[in-house]
Amino acid sequence: MNQFSALSADTHDAAFDSRFTVPGMRCAGCIAKIERGLGGLKGVEAARVNFSAKRVAVRHDATLDEDALVEALLQLGFEAQPASENPLADDDKDTRRLLRALAVAGFGMMNIMLLSVSVWSGAGGVTREMFHWLSALIALPVVAYAGQPFFASAAMALRYRRTNMDVPISIGVLLATGMSFYETLTGGEHAYFDGAVMLLFFLLAGRALDAMMRGRTRAGIGALLGRMGKSASVLQADGSTRRVDAAGLAPGMVMLVAAGEALAADGEIIEGAGAVDNAMLTGESAPEPVAVGDMVHAGAVNLTAPLRIRITATQCDTALAEIARLMDEAGQSRSRYVRIADRAARLYAPAVHSLALLAFAGWMMAGAGWHHSLVIAISVLIITCPCAMGLAVPAAQVVASGALVRKGVLVKDGSALERLAEVDTAVFDKTGTLTLGEARADISLLDADARRIALGLAQTSRHPLSRGLAASLQGAGIVPAAVTGLHEESGHGLVGQFGGKIVALERPGDAGSNLATVLRIGDRTQLIEFGDPLRVDARETVEQLNAIGLESRIVSGDRADSVAAVAHTLGIAGQGGVSPTRKLEALEQLKAQGHLPLMVGDGLNDGPALAAAHASLAPGTASDASQQAADAVFLGERLMPVALAIRVARATMRVVRQNIGFSIVYNVLAVPLALAGMVTPLVAAIAMSLSSLVVVANSLRLARAAR
Amino acid sequence: MTGLTILIPIALGMGAFGLAVFFWAMKAGQFEDLDGAAQRILIDDEDDDAA
Repeated sequence: MNQFSALSADTHDAAFDSRFTVPGMRCAGCIAKIERGLGGLKGVEAARVNFSAKRVAVRHDATLDEDALVEALLQLGFEAQPASENPLADDDKDTRRLLRALAVAGFGMMNIMLLSVSVWSGAGGVTREMFHWLSALIALPVVAYAGQPFFASAAMALRYRRTNMDVPISIGVLLATGMSFYETLTGGEHAYFDGAVMLLFFLLAGRALDAMMRGRTRAGIGALLGRMGKSASVLQADGSTRRVDAAGLAPGMVMLVAAGEALAADGEIIEGAGAVDNAMLTGESAPEPVAVGDMVHAGAVNLTAPLRIRITATQCDTALAEIARLMDEAGQSRSRYVRIADRAARLYAPAVHSLALLAFAGWMMAGAGWHHSLVIAISVLIITCPCAMGLAVPAAQVVASGALVRKGVLVKDGSALERLAEVDTAVFDKTGTLTLGEARADISLLDADARRIALGLAQTSRHPLSRGLAASLQGAGIVPAAVTGLHEESGHGLVGQFGGKIVALERPGDAGSNLATVLRIGDRTQLIEFGDPLRVDARETVEQLNAIGLESRIVSGDRADSVAAVAHTLGIAGQGGVSPTRKLEALEQLKAQGHLPLMVGDGLNDGPALAAAHASLAPGTASDASQQAADAVFLGERLMPVALAIRVARATMRVVRQNIGFSIVYNVLAVPLALAGMVTPLVAAIAMSLSSLVVVANSLRLARAAR
Repeated sequence: MTGLTILIPIALGMGAFGLAVFFWAMKAGQFEDLDGAAQRILIDDEDDDAA
């Protein structure tokens, strides 16, 4: 922390905080490499890695900007994306509040239990009274603090004349506390403070588990539009150029786009030719050649020569903004999904309340006096309080998602697991989902020296083919050669020197349909071909999905013939050349037919479909917006996690149903005791902890579900 | 009975202390990066490099 405080008053040293998501960090070495590499840069004051969140926070001065830092991270060997201020802040605050409430409830429960045990074991007279007073002293503030999450939610539900799980909980806790306080005042025999606080503790444990599991919620639009160029050089009437913010652009203007720049608006090319990286919109990894007259879209990156583009659409009218809007609308249907715990509560709460009311009325009619009748009604409420039920769902889901994380599947929240368990049709995107989505080089023909030189060249460039080549070579454990005098010649290739010879990665002479590059070492040249291979277990995964009752199909924005080829290999139906809107329609159609579709996709063009599907998965290489729209993200080069996620989600729901079933059986057994007026604080405490333990133990079985 | 007047405040005090420490730990960000802490111990020469 010391380095943060040593700020001079000089304005040049004004510090900025930037955050980056670095998904590639995997080990202690990565932490050290990033922190030292960034810390050694001029202008960087401090860099701190948060390994759990796969983030790095950098404090730097005005000489550096986000792009420079992303570039620096790339030089260190890590792909990074600028992250917004702190997208987790809101969720985080919620979790922290619940954890604090849980800690307070735990403190109260332990101390009150201590006092209660001595009362149960026979403390009487003054001692009992004193202990009751002490319990009240602890319990009242604890209930007031730790009960807030439930009281607030119950009040909210009642205000809208609905009922949820929190209504019986709040009524039970408040009545139990109130009655115990009355007993304490009048020197009565039984106080239920322990029961009330224990109930809060177990329920808060369930809530906190649920909250901790919730990943980042979708903040899709911001992330999406962040990819659009923020400004453009606009050509003036007198031939000069002026930098204009994206908001200031208008159709008809002509913008100059340099190589490496992201487009800030949609437009038509009026001068220049080259290639753009359209991966954002189409998910296609290969650079797309463009020439005069072609339409290009905001968010695309110009890879080669400078282009002159006449703007046709800006801001909210761009294709990118259209996708953002579709995603937002599509996501709405999912927010209407009712989680299983709430569905159970709709039946449960009225039943419990009428039962307690009946108990009160029954004992009154039997002539038991209002005090005795009230005690019995309250003990019915305490014993039926959905303690085990509050844990039934989150406990199982947390254990299951923990097991999935170890297998490389990150599930965002409990609702996602519930929906994943219900899907009956799988819709796959092709590029980046069934395939790796990266151009991988065929390096089998290169000798050892050529491999080292190729890596020395390729690792310095951001061109997709260079990256693919570098990834293939690094995967083979090649040590790069120290190539000097490196420079990139736009539209031509990458040139440098090694061992007195000119070495280069050049564009191949005959522009065939396959992606390729030519490696030149002195006078010797060699062709390196690229392909986008299917994930190795794609077929196996489709078969397994089939075995568990999911029919698969491909809906892709790619060329129809390449989609058909992949579909044939996998033996499933395929549909190519589908626009984002049509993808969305295809999903809506499936839903209208009564299917619950699972969407697996990575590209930005899949975003609306991911948001609209009943449940969705995205690979870790997917665009930021797609990862946010998806319910779960799977890491690695295999596709099998998709089938695994479905299997585990189904196993989880089985356990959840068992848990809920057990809670109901337990209540059915315990309620007669309460109705008969036989539930003392001791019986309530034992029953409550026992049922919670059984539920948690049953959920722990899921730890092995992902094996 | 006199024992209780000493022991109960001690028990409550210890509990409250634990609670206060937990609150402090949350506020100070001790739980921010649990996996990172486990990994950082493997970085060999952190001490030489810092300073």
